[in-house]
Amino acid sequence: MNDAHDLGGHPPWGHPHFGGGSSGDAYRKDLHTYLWGLLLAVALTVVPFAAVYWHAMTASSLWITIGVFALVQAVVHFRCFLHVHPPHENVDEMLLVLFTVIILIMMAGGTVWILGNLHSRMY
Amino acid sequence: MSGNTLDNPGFRLRASYHHVDREGEVMFGFWVFLMSDAIIFGLIFATYATMVRATAGGPGPKQLFDIGSVAIETSALLLSSFTYGLASLALRYHAGRWAVIAWLAVTLVLAFVFLWFEVHDFLTMFAHGGSPDRSGFTSAFFGLVPLHGLHVTSGCIWMVVLIVRMLRKGIDEDVRLGVQRLALFWHFLDIVWIAIFSLVYLGGLV
Repeated sequence: MNDAHDLGGHPPWGHPHFGGGSSGDAYRKDLHTYLWGLLLAVALTVVPFAAVYWHAMTASSLWITIGVFALVQAVVHFRCFLHVHPPHENVDEMLLVLFTVIILIMMAGGTVWILGNLHSRMY
Repeated sequence: MSGNTLDNPGFRLRASYHHVDREGEVMFGFWVFLMSDAIIFGLIFATYATMVRATAGGPGPKQLFDIGSVAIETSALLLSSFTYGLASLALRYHAGRWAVIAWLAVTLVLAFVFLWFEVHDFLTMFAHGGSPDRSGFTSAFFGLVPLHGLHVTSGCIWMVVLIVRMLRKGIDEDVRLGVQRLALFWHFLDIVWIAIFSLVYLGGLV
């Protein structure tokens, strides 16, 4: 059992770094990942909150802003906190997450679509 | 371990997984649980989306939601995700059990701040006539948001159990895997909260 394994059983930036560099370097690198995650997440949270609080734009552009920022923030969390990095390793987790996203799009999206359609026929 | 015979053919698609250790299996199993949980949340989100206008003449999002309180909850939960990350790093780089326990304790405090303000929000909603039995909208709201709160609560209980174990026995293999799984759970709950504050709270206040 390799003790240098990280959360998902794989190194944070997708390639094993216990071969080269000291443990201090690796630690700093990992710490930076979390710090970047925090900074980006704060920025991506503050903007939609501020936009809604001050009603900075029309309703439809507010909706788009909220949606885009939420999606980007979810990706940031997956990368920096959950360490899912598509091009490198942990293909299993990646496929599992993508499969779940497809199921969600079909089931949740389908529900909203069909019931929205029914709703519009009621009036 | 004889590798391939234990592999799950549905998911182990790459030749790189010839040795499946216990850690890999346990963590992947937990990922499967998390994603099934994500589907539950997703469908309850869909229910909420279809119900959001069904206020039956009762109070709607604009009368019931307080953006300041939601901002505090969001900050607390996001910071707790970060401090949990520091606990993970302390574990990974062998900073000793006290470092891990300290960061978990900070995370726990932030989680309590989150839960405190969330319960306060719910009570305010009750006081403004937004109890779950008022309309389809309030039913759907109280089906979705407290479900996340219950997840956070169970995460807190799990964290307390891990801290007590570490205090009594130090860091063994079970604790190590426990902290790593709770990390996934905790960061996952933060992602669900992104969806909640975006769709329910910010969307409701547009």
